[in-house]
Amino acid sequence: MSDVPDNLYYTETHEWVREEPDGSVTVGISDYAQDALGDVVHVELPELEAEFVAGEEACVVESVKAASEVYAPITGAITEVNEALESKPELVNEDPYGAGWFYRLMPEHALQASDLLDAAAYEDMTEDE
Amino acid sequence: MTRTIYDKSKGAREASAQARARDHQLDIPKALLRASSPDLPEVAELTAVRHYTSISQKNFSIDTRFYPLGSCTMKYNPRAAHKVALDPGFLGRHPLAPDEFDQGFLQVRMELEAHLKRLTGMAAVSLTPMAGAQGEFAGLSIMRAYLLSEGQTERDEILVPEAAHGTNPASAAMCGFKVREIPLAASGDIDEEALKAALSERTAGLMLTNPSTCGLFEQRIVEIARAVHEAGGLLYYDGANLNAIVGRVRPADMGFDVIHMNLHKTFATPHGGGGPGAGPIGVVERLKAFLPMPYARYMDDGSIELEGRFEQTTNAHPSSIGRLSAFGGNAGVLIRALAYIRLLGGEGLRRVSSHAVLAAAYVAKRLADAGFELAWPDRRATHEFVISLKKEYKDYGVTALDFSKRLLDYGFHPPTNYFPLLVPECFLIEPTETESLEELDAFVEAMIAIRGEAAKDPTILTNAPHTTPVSRLDEVKAVKTLDLGVHLREAHQS
Repeated sequence: MSDVPDNLYYTETHEWVREEPDGSVTVGISDYAQDALGDVVHVELPELEAEFVAGEEACVVESVKAASEVYAPITGAITEVNEALESKPELVNEDPYGAGWFYRLMPEHALQASDLLDAAAYEDMTEDE
Repeated sequence: MTRTIYDKSKGAREASAQARARDHQLDIPKALLRASSPDLPEVAELTAVRHYTSISQKNFSIDTRFYPLGSCTMKYNPRAAHKVALDPGFLGRHPLAPDEFDQGFLQVRMELEAHLKRLTGMAAVSLTPMAGAQGEFAGLSIMRAYLLSEGQTERDEILVPEAAHGTNPASAAMCGFKVREIPLAASGDIDEEALKAALSERTAGLMLTNPSTCGLFEQRIVEIARAVHEAGGLLYYDGANLNAIVGRVRPADMGFDVIHMNLHKTFATPHGGGGPGAGPIGVVERLKAFLPMPYARYMDDGSIELEGRFEQTTNAHPSSIGRLSAFGGNAGVLIRALAYIRLLGGEGLRRVSSHAVLAAAYVAKRLADAGFELAWPDRRATHEFVISLKKEYKDYGVTALDFSKRLLDYGFHPPTNYFPLLVPECFLIEPTETESLEELDAFVEAMIAIRGEAAKDPTILTNAPHTTPVSRLDEVKAVKTLDLGVHLREAHQS
C-alpha cells in the first residue's frame, strides 16, 4: 500500500502540497505516483518566478515508462526549485515526500483546504484506481 | 555479450573474396595513399560469415517469432509483394530519368493512388510522404494552408484525445498549432462533452485514430465529426490502425477531411526496422489544391507525367504545400503496396481486416476467460485490445514489464507495455491477421503459465529474461547515460 502522510494535501493528479510557515507551498508527487511511473530518469523543473494557474502544467517528469506532466495545484509563482533532481532524479522514487520535492510556489491567494484533497480522500481515490 | 569481430582477429588471416588493393598498381597519387594499413579485423572468410550469421540469429523478428506489438502492426508481409519490388525494371530505374523512361513506375503510382482513394473514400491522394509522421506533417500543413486561404487566421488549436499516438501532438506543434488534450470517457471513447466544450472559433481541427489506441472503435464518430465541422474545424484521421477497417469502413464516410496511411503497417512493407516507410495522405475535395508536389497525371496521349518534381509550386498547382522528399516518395514501399492490394483484391482486403479483428477478439476473450482483466470489458476488441495487470501487481508484486521480460523466455515478443498510459500496468496486444490459431493459443497459454509462476515464485518474473543473449537491461542507465556509439577499437584493445 502506498504511503500517504496525514500532514499533506493532495490533488487528483497525484501531486502533494505542504504549507510552509512563510505562506508558500512545497509541491512534489505522491508515493503512489512515483510507484506508478517507475524509475524516474529526468525531471524538467519550472523556471523561477514562472506563474501558473491552478491545474496548469508546471513541469515534466520522465520515467522509463513515459513522460508525464506535473501540474500546479494552486495559482501562484515559483519561488524555488529542487535543483538536486537535475543530477539525481531518482530522489523522486527514493524519497517522494522529502528530498524528492519538485518546487516551491507562492500562492496568489491563501491556500484553501477545500481546493485540495486531504490524506483520507486521496487514499480513497487511489484505492479505487 | 557477443564479442566484436575484432576480438576474433588473429592477424595474417584474410577473406580471399576481397582482393587486396595494395598488391595492385593504383592510379591514385602517392600523396593520397595511406602509409599504414587500416585497422581492420583479420579473420578468415568463414569466421566472418559465422560471426555475422550468429548475430543475425539473435535478432527477434516476425520471421522467427510471434510479435504482438500493439499499435504497431508487426504482421507478416508476403514475400510475393517484395518480389515485385525487386523486379530489375524497378530496381534499375534512375530517379532522375525523364518521364518517358519511367512510365512503368508512374503507372504504379497512378494505380496505387486510385486504389487508396477507393479504400479511404478520399477525393485525392499524394504518395509523397515518406513516413507516417511526415504524412501527419503534410496533412496538418494542408489544414493550415486551407484555413489561412479562407482567412481563418485565428484557428490555431488542434485537439487530440489523451490516448493519441505521441506523433499527433508533435506534428501539430511542428506545424505551429497549439495542442489541446481531450480526455476519454469511461466508455473508452473520446469524452464528447469535453470535446464540445473545447471547440471554439480557435479550433483548427481534431486528430483521431479510429479505432483508437485503446483498440476501440469510436461509436459516435459521425456525431463527433458533425460537431467539429459545425465549429468550423477539420477532421484528421491517423491511419495507424487502418488494418482494422480496411475494405470495411471508409474514413471519408466517417466525416474525415484528411487521412494519412502507413503503407509500411497495413500494405506489405515490413515495419519496425526504422524505415523506409511511406505515409501517403488523402484529402477531400476542398483540400485538393494544397497537396504536396509532385502530381502524377495522364496526358492526352495516355502517357503519364510527374508534374512538379523539382518545384515547390507550379502554375497548375499554385497552392501546393510544396515538396516533401527528393523523388516523390519511397518507390519500393509504393510498389509493394500496389502488389499487395492487387494480390488480395477487394475481398482479400476485407479478409485482412476481419481476421485482424477476429484474432484480437479471440485472444481477448481467452485471456478474459482465464481471469486477466480487460481494460474495457464491455467493449468489443478491434484489431488490438488492452489488458491491465494491476491485479497481478497487487497480488504478486510483478509488473507488466516483468511479464514482458518473462514472455521473451517463452519465445514471444512482448506486447506494447505502459501504453495507453491511462491504464495502469497495461499491455496493448495486437495479434494481427497473419498468425495461426495455434500460435494465438500458445501465447494465451504462456500468459497463464507466467501468472502461475508469479503466484509461486515472483522472482522467476522479476529476474527474467533467463534465456535471451542478454539478461535484464538497466533501463535507467540506458536513458540517463546515452551512448549510441559502437566502440570496436576500445573493445578490441581492452
